[in-house]
Amino acid sequence: MNVPSNLKYTESNEWIKVDGNTGSIGITDFAQDQLSDIVFAEIIVAEGDEVKKGDTIATVESVKAAADIYSPASGKVLSISETLGSTPEVINSDPYGAAWMIKIELSDPAEVNGLMDAGAYETFCASQH
Amino acid sequence: MFIPHTDADREAMLRTIGVNKLEDLFQAVPAGLRFPKLDLPPAMTEMEAMGELQGLAMANETSRDLACFLGAGVYNHFVPAAVDSIIRRGEFMTAYTPYQPELSQGTLQAIFEYQSLVAALTGMEVCNASHYDGATAVAEAVNMAYANFRGKRNKIVLSPALHPQYRQVVRTYSPGSNILFAGDEAENDLQLGPQSLIPLIDQNTALVVVQYPDFFGRVYDLTELARVTHENGALLCVSVNPIALGLFTPPGYMGADIITGEGQPLGIPLSYGGPYLGLFATRKEYVRKMAGRLAGESIDNRGQRAYVLTLTAREQHIRRERATSNICTNQGLMALASAVYMSLLGEHGLRQLAQLNYHKAHYAAKQIASLPGYALWSKDPFFNEFVIVCPEPVSEINDHLLDHNILGGYDLGQDYPEMATHMLIAVTEMNTRDEIDALVDVLSEVSHD
Amino acid sequence: MIEPQLCDLSAPGRQGVRFPQPDVPLTDLPTDLLRQELPMPELSEMDVVRHFTRLSQLNYSIDTGFYPLGSCTMKYNPKVNEETARLPGFAWAHPMQPIETVQGSLVLMYQMQEWLKEIGGFAGVTLQPAAGAHGELTGVLIIRAYHKERGDEKRDKILIPDSAHGTNPATSAMSGMRVVELKSDARGNVDLQALRAECDNTLAGLMLTNPNTLGLFDENVTEVVRLVHEAGGLVYGDGANMNALLGVIRPGDLGIDVLHYNLHKTFSTPHGGGGPGSGPVGVCARLVDFLPGPLVDVIEEGDEEVPPLYGFIDPPKSIGRVKAFHGHFGMFVRAYTYMLMNGADGLRKIAEYAVLNANYLLARLRNTYHVPYDRICMHEFVMEGRWDDAPGVQALDISKRLMDYKFHPPTNYFPLIVHEALMIEPTETENKETLDAFADVLIKIAEEAHNEPQLLKDAPHITPVGRVDEVKAAKDLLLCCAVSATDK
Repeated sequence: MNVPSNLKYTESNEWIKVDGNTGSIGITDFAQDQLSDIVFAEIIVAEGDEVKKGDTIATVESVKAAADIYSPASGKVLSISETLGSTPEVINSDPYGAAWMIKIELSDPAEVNGLMDAGAYETFCASQH
Repeated sequence: MFIPHTDADREAMLRTIGVNKLEDLFQAVPAGLRFPKLDLPPAMTEMEAMGELQGLAMANETSRDLACFLGAGVYNHFVPAAVDSIIRRGEFMTAYTPYQPELSQGTLQAIFEYQSLVAALTGMEVCNASHYDGATAVAEAVNMAYANFRGKRNKIVLSPALHPQYRQVVRTYSPGSNILFAGDEAENDLQLGPQSLIPLIDQNTALVVVQYPDFFGRVYDLTELARVTHENGALLCVSVNPIALGLFTPPGYMGADIITGEGQPLGIPLSYGGPYLGLFATRKEYVRKMAGRLAGESIDNRGQRAYVLTLTAREQHIRRERATSNICTNQGLMALASAVYMSLLGEHGLRQLAQLNYHKAHYAAKQIASLPGYALWSKDPFFNEFVIVCPEPVSEINDHLLDHNILGGYDLGQDYPEMATHMLIAVTEMNTRDEIDALVDVLSEVSHD
Repeated sequence: MIEPQLCDLSAPGRQGVRFPQPDVPLTDLPTDLLRQELPMPELSEMDVVRHFTRLSQLNYSIDTGFYPLGSCTMKYNPKVNEETARLPGFAWAHPMQPIETVQGSLVLMYQMQEWLKEIGGFAGVTLQPAAGAHGELTGVLIIRAYHKERGDEKRDKILIPDSAHGTNPATSAMSGMRVVELKSDARGNVDLQALRAECDNTLAGLMLTNPNTLGLFDENVTEVVRLVHEAGGLVYGDGANMNALLGVIRPGDLGIDVLHYNLHKTFSTPHGGGGPGSGPVGVCARLVDFLPGPLVDVIEEGDEEVPPLYGFIDPPKSIGRVKAFHGHFGMFVRAYTYMLMNGADGLRKIAEYAVLNANYLLARLRNTYHVPYDRICMHEFVMEGRWDDAPGVQALDISKRLMDYKFHPPTNYFPLIVHEALMIEPTETENKETLDAFADVLIKIAEEAHNEPQLLKDAPHITPVGRVDEVKAAKDLLLCCAVSATDK
């Protein structure tokens, strides 16, 4: 299972990549594996929206499950994926790259420090089953 | 009666399990409460039960014994023999919900065809596998609209001409939310059509709900209402009588976003209240917000076309407290009955049937309205039901009609306080001209009292 | 392609059922509202009958085979029920007819209310809800109304065991309540410590399925009920598993405050490929006033000459209607026929033999399949559909392979607390030969899983269709086809 070391992770299986003051957000390899073939993804926030850590930002559906995706951090939405709606399966094939969901301008960069790093997340996933 | 075990079977099984007697299997049940003596009669044989039920059934007088002019949401229509013949087949009737598609292609294709038939009839893009009835279908439409706007819009505009029981159910279903209902307050002028709702529609409106034909039998063009609803960013739900759609433009072509309705007229007996059939159809863009089962077309691993329940991730068994609804069992066999019915009648039969209802009802309305003391309540177009203003309270007139073996129309005073002398009369293909003339005769007797 | 679609069978101009010409003078049709196109099928009656008959032949059903589906109670559906439901006096009565004309139906409904009160130990019953989930909604709304009426607005928490059916949390959310999941302990009972921690003044109620979805009678049920009541909450009983309790124990006697019945499970009404069902709700004395109206009652007492007059009453603090009209009367007739044919003794026999059958299968299978909660079960039990030494084989594969042996699989993947769960409920109407054949096949499949797993992975082989591509179904979303030949 892929857990890139340069990302931070939540217990609800989202990742966030911090570049300066911008955070890119998506769901992890573990999450996409649990869901199996994803057939639908919808981002429910728009550019300019303010999101708080824990707010629902997207929903994802496979044939056996449906999941809400929560923002790992607070901030203002800078951009949302244009392609995820029409090609949701990219979440299965490239969860950390092309399957990014939203990018936000972090309102409180220190918030991210409270999230798990790669090692902690790997341990967390192992305890999930 | 239906338990096949012999004493030998039972003893062999108890031995395998490792206990001595049946009672030993119930040790976990609190001793003081175990095996209560139920104050219920002893068992009857099939023959005796049949006799008992026949006695009860014969105590009733129904639309088979009386000339029936009662509608108000469910109607006395003809059910062709082939409908019951198909739904009585054990392979349909005793089949389980089609969660295992390899063993349920019959049910799945039938549901898929039902969905397709209702979509074609209503002019909509997708239809689910049914809700319980017309009332709960509207309640689910309200939930769907509310969820669609994520609670940011909390106003639901309800037409006062939407079935009174449907409006009651909608209110029962929404105690937890902050939903505000508007439009069906007692003071409204019921003579006005759906245009009267337009001033109530605003940016806080999630859903506007009207009925077509409305509870009083009237039919209106809903295009303008749909336009204003959409201008305000809200959704329009129309509750329909499917038989009327054999004659009148379906609301799907007028801009409805959701169509609900009572499918009982499509080959389902009156059966003193149910089971009936909740129709629910919508536009493809809202399909994920729609509750209820959906049959979809796919292929199997041998390359054959095959059907399967789809978008199940929205449903209660997966999504649990985040499900679109808690609905599990729906009205599967009734949906099948209606699919058979719609197939048997087809385009030509449905047109014929709708026209027959229309002409008979209009004949009856004209005859009654010409009686001294009686008048037609509304001049607006109607389908097979209309309101007559009577010279006496409806309850008294209906007693008189019953003496002549006629089941009179619905007493509107039960739901609309100022309408105690207003009778809602339904006429279907089952009412012969003689029956209609007899109704007119008896009504004319009353006006002379 | 096995069976054509309606549009394939249609031909322009065909008609099945015809109607007479109007016997009244015609009235002009309103031109601006007139429908132009009506793209519906054009089929002869025989086309329709053959099409749907062939479809039926693709189905598995109780009439053709065994359904060991846990939680569904797929017992034999007596044919006499279909006769009584169709008696003209029942089938053609309009729900709004004057009560004097339908005393037969009202007596039947009244008797059903009384029977269900007696069977469950309740003070009041409503027949209105259309299905089990609908009954659950009714029950939770009643609980909510009860607390509200007492000014207890803070109480919005509903506790639901992690083994519960999905309708329980869905219902609670629909009713505007807050769902808190309670874990089960190592023996499959409600964890008392977890329960105690949640007993506070925000507790509205606990939704309990007993026996639970593991098929186990909760060993601490009396204490569970006591704790909830002490904290001021109410206990909702999910009656889906009543087949184990008929004549064995009355939920009302245990302190259950409100419970729904599933007539299409316990009381033999047919499943119909997904309904109709019926979900009457029983309540204790303090909740009777909140029931949805109308209820059937004697409204004029009789005497030696005149029978009592039955009619409708509205409970004074009713939560309101949950559906139009009175409920699924057609299903009441079926269930009532079944009750009459069983009587008090017959009902207890149902439970005894349902539990016997389940324990017999458990005894035959426990050495081949892992049973995580291994004690005397009630009418169903759960086993794992996997083995450490048969990697890659899952419950799904076992289920599909069962089809090759002409059995419907058990319930899969439920309850969620057992890995690769297979929930088995034989019901009391299956004979020993069927149970032995089923157990033998499951043992054979276990062997295959270890030695020839491909047989399971490729299963089913003999069914009309093989495994269906569900991902494609969800992506393509083909939910309708044209139904008329011209629309194709």
